[in-house]
Amino acid sequence: MDKTVPNLATAVAGIEDGMVVMVGGFGGSGAPIELIHALIDRFKATGSPKNLTVVNNNAGNGRIGIAAMIDAGMVAKMICSFPRSADPRAFTEKYLAGEIGLELVPQGTLAERIRAAGAGIPAFYTPASYGTDVAKGKPVAEFDGKHYVQERWLKADVAILKAELADTLGNLTYRKAARNFSPLMAAAAAKTIVQATSIVQPGEIDPEHVVTPGIFVDGIVEVSDPKQEEALMREGVAYA
Amino acid sequence: MTSKLSNAQIAWRAAQDIEDGAYVNLGIGFPEMVAKFQPPGKQAIFHTENGVLNFGEAPAAGEEDWDLINAGKKAITLRPGAAFFHHADSFGMVRGGHLDVAILGTYEVAENGDLANWSTGPKGVPAVGGAMDLVHGAKRVAVITDHVTKDGKPKLVKRCSLPLTGVGCVTRVYTSLAVLDIEDERFVLREKLPSMSVEELQAVTGAELVLPDQIGDLVAPEL
Repeated sequence: MDKTVPNLATAVAGIEDGMVVMVGGFGGSGAPIELIHALIDRFKATGSPKNLTVVNNNAGNGRIGIAAMIDAGMVAKMICSFPRSADPRAFTEKYLAGEIGLELVPQGTLAERIRAAGAGIPAFYTPASYGTDVAKGKPVAEFDGKHYVQERWLKADVAILKAELADTLGNLTYRKAARNFSPLMAAAAAKTIVQATSIVQPGEIDPEHVVTPGIFVDGIVEVSDPKQEEALMREGVAYA
Repeated sequence: MTSKLSNAQIAWRAAQDIEDGAYVNLGIGFPEMVAKFQPPGKQAIFHTENGVLNFGEAPAAGEEDWDLINAGKKAITLRPGAAFFHHADSFGMVRGGHLDVAILGTYEVAENGDLANWSTGPKGVPAVGGAMDLVHGAKRVAVITDHVTKDGKPKLVKRCSLPLTGVGCVTRVYTSLAVLDIEDERFVLREKLPSMSVEELQAVTGAELVLPDQIGDLVAPEL
């Protein structure tokens, strides 16, 4: 078995209109910039995919990555915890104009909803947001004298992620704090596509060091010199 | 008019209560300053929501690695014995009661421990981040804040008027004028500026202060 795909365009070919797409990363750390930009290229060439629901901690920064997807008009809704950044104008302008939806989820709840989906747990209870506006309309229960809010799993059609090492079976490692949501998203999506800085042969990643086991990964593409979103921001790059 | 502590001095005061080896989360912005004022010989282990334990100060300009950031998206460094983990483990540390202290900023804090620090109302783009998770689970949830708003209104109130972050979650408040514990849904005064009378402090506090027999002097070095 070899999960390698030959190029970025092939890697994102299966992402269709209206899908829920999880995008790895927290701010620029772990953002799969090349996969996102390949998706934008396809949209610009073909008009698809559009009406996407994008799941990420944030809602883009500047004129690159998720912000460039929003600018291009591919995103119908964001599910995130913090739709602000150093330069949040792409999301802010569309949100205030009523042109993009927002489901605001506390960060730990977002992570656990994604984890639950990957683990086959349809709902769980968390203390986060109890008694706040965010909990309105959600079931509440008391356990051992404390109140908790019921939250549901969050699944996706596709996850696009950035890894450091991948072997051809899809076993992954990440670089520093870039792992953040990615191991959870890999398990929660029906199809998981990964850009890795290096693709190696099975056995070349010590099994003790595998962070995401290959069972959660469907396609890997090598991007040997990946761009870092924050570095691009500081260079003033716009992807348009 | 009585003087007050600077933000650095409020952060310094909060740092004095952090034990050696304590696991601590500092909210983004003002609370991050607490890390600078740990007493000699006491080294806390700092947690950040995006999956790092035991990070150190910011790197020198030009030395940043943007894959190594904190929850405020600022570049950080690692201390020996640091660890990386994914977001679900990170918030498991939060909600699971594994952190000793969380220190947050606030718009309002109420005598019943309610906290409002994420939204000033329905205008603009709402953003909550990890605040609603962080207020649950740490053994101590402390707030650092100016005692009053910029236009002089109390930030310590009977009940919050702004959207809540969490219910009954705050245990200690460090302000520019005083240190207070929240016990039995009341503000208990522990320390105040020596230059200020209890009556003067009560006048700028939006809920009734409980006055124990011993009230310490709130004194911080020039910083």
